[in-house]
Amino acid sequence: MSLAGVQGAEPLGLSSCLHCGLPSQGTKFCCPGCHAAYDVIHALGLGGYYASRLLDPAQRALKPEQAERTDLARRIVTAPDGTNTLTLAVDGLQCGACVWLIESILARQPDLQSARVNMTTRRLRLIWHGDPALAQQFCAAVEQLGYRLVPFDAACLYAAADATGSMLMRALAVAAFAAGNVMLISLGTWIGATQNMGPATRDLMHWVSALIAMPAIAYAGMAFYRSAFAALRHGRTNMDVPVSIGVVLVTSISLWQTIGGGTHAYFDSAVTLLFFLLVGRVLDHRARQRARATAEQLLILRATDVAVLQPDGTLHRVPPEHVALGARIVAAMGERIGVDGILLHRPALMDASLVTGEALPEKLQPGARVFAGTLNLGEAATVEATATGNATLLAECVRLIEAAEQARGRFVILADRVARLYAPAVHICAATTFLFWWVLLQRPFVASLLTAAAVLIVTCPCALALAVPAVQVIATSRLFRVGILLKSPTALERLARVDTIVFDKTGTLTDPILGLAVGTDPEQLRLAASLAAGSRHPLCRALVRAAGNVPPAPGVAEIPGRGMELQTPQGPVRLGSPAFCGVQDDETNVAGPRLCLSQPGRKVVSFRFREQLRPGAAEMVRSLRRRHLRLEILSGDHAGPVANIAAQLGDIPFLAEQSPVAKLHRIEELRAAGRNVLMAGDGLNDGPCLAAADVSASPASAADVSQTVADVVFQGQSLGPITIILGVARRAGMVMRQNLALSLCYNAVMLPLAMCGYVTPWLAAAAMSGSSLLVMANSARLARSKS
Amino acid sequence: MSSLIWLILLSVALGGGALVLFLWSLQAGQYEDPEGAARRILFDP
Repeated sequence: MSLAGVQGAEPLGLSSCLHCGLPSQGTKFCCPGCHAAYDVIHALGLGGYYASRLLDPAQRALKPEQAERTDLARRIVTAPDGTNTLTLAVDGLQCGACVWLIESILARQPDLQSARVNMTTRRLRLIWHGDPALAQQFCAAVEQLGYRLVPFDAACLYAAADATGSMLMRALAVAAFAAGNVMLISLGTWIGATQNMGPATRDLMHWVSALIAMPAIAYAGMAFYRSAFAALRHGRTNMDVPVSIGVVLVTSISLWQTIGGGTHAYFDSAVTLLFFLLVGRVLDHRARQRARATAEQLLILRATDVAVLQPDGTLHRVPPEHVALGARIVAAMGERIGVDGILLHRPALMDASLVTGEALPEKLQPGARVFAGTLNLGEAATVEATATGNATLLAECVRLIEAAEQARGRFVILADRVARLYAPAVHICAATTFLFWWVLLQRPFVASLLTAAAVLIVTCPCALALAVPAVQVIATSRLFRVGILLKSPTALERLARVDTIVFDKTGTLTDPILGLAVGTDPEQLRLAASLAAGSRHPLCRALVRAAGNVPPAPGVAEIPGRGMELQTPQGPVRLGSPAFCGVQDDETNVAGPRLCLSQPGRKVVSFRFREQLRPGAAEMVRSLRRRHLRLEILSGDHAGPVANIAAQLGDIPFLAEQSPVAKLHRIEELRAAGRNVLMAGDGLNDGPCLAAADVSASPASAADVSQTVADVVFQGQSLGPITIILGVARRAGMVMRQNLALSLCYNAVMLPLAMCGYVTPWLAAAAMSGSSLLVMANSARLARSKS
Repeated sequence: MSSLIWLILLSVALGGGALVLFLWSLQAGQYEDPEGAARRILFDP
């Protein structure tokens, strides 16, 4: 992540906006909004913000926008005593100075009791007494500076899931306390044993150890006992089963030794084991929680409300699930339609790529059906809602996804497969040792039992249980740094086995933003882009991207549903639909959507758009082919465009015009043929496939459902992450195997020693910690290897 | 012997005190925003 100081010199003679840092045309500010924000900040005496901040290019620029007012009232939680709480996701946080700025601005709101920004989760929490409607005022104060605030349900997944996180942290704290103290006391007994320590002192030491260790073991091990119990009840076994049995047995034997005044107690081993395992658990949970929270943030920021036309002609924004059947919805230009419905009044240009996979927008006639997720490219369209909530095509897809997820069954992770063999083997060894010593060697019962206990302790799968999580932590945080969010704990192992990759075309292999089709005069392109820069219309955004970094022209007005207009002394310059620019709209031309530019006294030029490959697509295909992976394209689009893309990428086999069900069948067919399938897709129609494949990936631009289902979400435009994910997964798989081999080697050495009765408590503790550290050190190599 | 008992009690009390403090800080939400806490110190209230 590179950070650029906003006040740095501009070497190319370009100036940048004093507020948002985006390029501006020689002026101090890029737009009136930024100017206003700058004045507000100085008027409040917070000008120090500009000197101390660092702009983060990875974040959204701090440019005030006309925000679509969302309905805040439903998200406010009011306590019986009149205290209101509202939690909002903040978009555009650049650095610590932004946190300070937001909190300082809100501190000047007299009614607000507390405002706190959480920088890690990028959330703002507002607490105030009195009128809930004040929320609008608070949000407006922050939004005028250029931040975007999106309210979300406080009962959202993040808060619920992190109950596990803090439970693990408390368990870790207790285990650390107990391990430290018990180890200190045990050290005394080990040394005392060589210095003629009396039995009374030794017993005292054992009793103190027992008093500290037993409650700690009962409390800190809860996560393991629970998981082991759940596995056993379902007739399975996992790594937590031998861990739990080992800890419980070792503790009971040590307690019995303590009561009977025996020489050896192993409380320290049991507590240290739990401590090491909990460290692994906590780190693993943290890394994945962070990835999941980021993925969730992406979704929250995109959640949009639907504008419902009221009987009095006004618009009221409500969340899609609260729209009544038969209600009339108005979708502005560039807005996604939130419900299934029927188009009314006028024809409209709709982009259904996320729903059907068809890349090019289609002109729909009144009476045509539209589906939730469709993007309105043309003028504002009115839609009568025919299905909301559970009845939409979206909900239909969700049901297909659920069915497919159940069919996938439970993937058994590598560590659990090892545990299936390992746990019985260890317990048989311990039983054999006991019988051998007691029956064959005629040793006393207690001595035989102690030797058997030592076997259990040295084989306690500390290193084995760390072998996989240690690698996962490092791989997850490594991928996180390059914008790849690994959401599922088992995804890494499933990725390492992939041999077939199935791609969706639209939005996955190709860019969600259309590309400029034909070469045009660069000067006119720059002019058009300077008009387009102020608009959020997809075609305008495509144009701006094609032109490079063009600052918006001052004084451009957006005429809703028609285009952009700039008044110049020579006359108006217009960018928009052909009709807006005064030329015939040739409906017959299906070469793609277009924007026209008209200038006074010059011929009207048009910019045509078409689908283009995502950056890095060709390199990705080449590198995947070098690894002998089988590639395939499954698309809902027509055969022509799919064939074109497949040919551009080097003749990848493809299937076109596939319905979601047909796609699902194809994935099942591949899996039935014994292939391990990675599905990469972004559309609603890919959702079931993503759930059915062995492992799935989605770009961050994907439909919400797809992103929720996918195991991996990658940010950014490029397809390069696919290669990185597979590379890291393969190396991670290798390191996991090495770790397992290392810990099995350790057992191969220690097990015979223990069976012969040579293992004393201090040797057990040292060997166990040593093997854990060795496994962790080996995993750390993954962080340093090149990608 | 009695010094030993005092020392053991002392070590357990010190460890226990640290444990209670940690659990309190966890409860008070001090680990909820490690990134923000690190940056906040750079700005005067």
